[in-house]
Amino acid sequence: MQLTPSERAVLAGETASKGTRMAMEIVTGAARILGAKALVPVTSSHIDGCLYHGDSGVLYCEQLAEAGARVSIPSTTNVGALNLLKPDQVRVPADRRHMAFRLMEAHSRMGCRPSWTCAPYQAGARPAMGDQIAWGESNAVAFANTVLGARTNRYGDFLDIACAITGRAPLYGLHKTEARQGQLIIDVSSLDTNLRCEDAFYPVLGALIGRLSGESVPVIVGLENSNPREDQLKALCAGAASTGAAALIHIIGVTPEAPNLNALESIKEKIIVTSGMITKTRDSLSLAKGEVIDSIALGSPHFSVDECRAVRRLLKGRRSKIPIFICTGRHVMDVLAQDNSDASLASHGIEFVVDTCVVVTPILPEGGSVMMTNSAKFAHYSKGNTGHDPVFGSLGECIESALAGRLVRDAALWR
Amino acid sequence: MEITADALIGGTASGTVLRLDAPISFWGGVDPETSAICLAGHPQEGARLAGTILVIENLIGSSSSSAVMLELLYRGIGPAALILGGRDAILPIGALVAAQMDWKACPVLVLENPPFQTGEKLQINDANITRLEPDATPPQS
Repeated sequence: MQLTPSERAVLAGETASKGTRMAMEIVTGAARILGAKALVPVTSSHIDGCLYHGDSGVLYCEQLAEAGARVSIPSTTNVGALNLLKPDQVRVPADRRHMAFRLMEAHSRMGCRPSWTCAPYQAGARPAMGDQIAWGESNAVAFANTVLGARTNRYGDFLDIACAITGRAPLYGLHKTEARQGQLIIDVSSLDTNLRCEDAFYPVLGALIGRLSGESVPVIVGLENSNPREDQLKALCAGAASTGAAALIHIIGVTPEAPNLNALESIKEKIIVTSGMITKTRDSLSLAKGEVIDSIALGSPHFSVDECRAVRRLLKGRRSKIPIFICTGRHVMDVLAQDNSDASLASHGIEFVVDTCVVVTPILPEGGSVMMTNSAKFAHYSKGNTGHDPVFGSLGECIESALAGRLVRDAALWR
Repeated sequence: MEITADALIGGTASGTVLRLDAPISFWGGVDPETSAICLAGHPQEGARLAGTILVIENLIGSSSSSAVMLELLYRGIGPAALILGGRDAILPIGALVAAQMDWKACPVLVLENPPFQTGEKLQINDANITRLEPDATPPQS
């Protein structure tokens, strides 16, 4: 591997703290594992490693911080295991709570911006087209590559903070132009035109893309006239990154690096998506059968201001019969507070979950067993992480179900 | 019979193969306190990774899986070795960090289309994988 003199000096412990040297060992170790020939300078990082998974990660990050490691580039933090603004919301024993807090604290100590959100790209972290970055959190990685045209692989725990400290990442995969070419056409142009504009279509299409793509970079054809909004693309990326390895999705006419239609002839593999495939994927996101719904979980990825306002519109002043959790970040709460939307939503039964989310830490009601969500990511991870069976539905179906206290479907939605 | 793989992280190990028949993300798919596979509907749901030679052809999902890997090693319930179907850093990083912290790491190998099936006994020495007879006692390392 070709290291620069300054990178070698860090590894030799000549020019940096011991913590920085530990981080450089992880980055170069990962580069060796991945077969990278060099490191690439990166300009921002999003740190996934602040979510408590056990004492080991806390001990490691504290050791880094103790040994003088500090981030050298702008670095945002992903969700932690606690709502720091409302500590009682999360049901964890005191010892785990303390360790989860220590982990978040260690990241602040290393100089990360305490954003505590899985949607950093809606909290001010907007790398530009072509920027080399080192991001963790699979949905954020997919969004940064797909929608922003920045360049990152999926950086997991420890490698993300190591890249942030060293300002380097292994030069491989999606950092390189050749790995960003489309390899598989997924054609949705035979689907109903109106369906292709529905919010609920995007997480489902994402889940399908994740399952179909494998290791290939997919190219989506047929959304050229749908003008998907950022929140729809966010839901698509999160779905694809949950059910599969997708970290970059080209969408013709929509995403910045997508090839034009004429360039598609060189791609041999093509899948035509039928309405049956969409229905089957949608149904696969619901494990519970029947009408019982115990809670509604929204905000994976973290809800935007627009999405929170959509909930307010759909409630039409009515009050929910079951808990509705909206997971979001402080960047959204600050905006909602400006016109008292936060208080208004809370008075209609919304419980905000900030700095964390309901599938990474125990928040969903004890005794409940079914959660309804409009997120493919929540639906994918709910059973394994919370024990709750998911029911997938549109945001409208979620809100109407919350108001009725049982499952309500909109028959007109899926054509 | 000896097969040569790529050793991402060297070391010796022996044990019984647990082969995952569907892709998995360790985050959300493996319980870090018990090492059991907890993803609903996964073909190996309920199986424990501790002490196995874990064969994974395809990895998916969250970038938090390194942390689950590290936690398994910290608790002493990690796999004895990992054989991956392709180069991937997420799980090996957990093993790299474990080594930095002086916790017991595990060897990680890469082999395209790994032929090993659940129940087979293997001995691993860095890049070399030896199939042991079903009733053979693994050699002491």
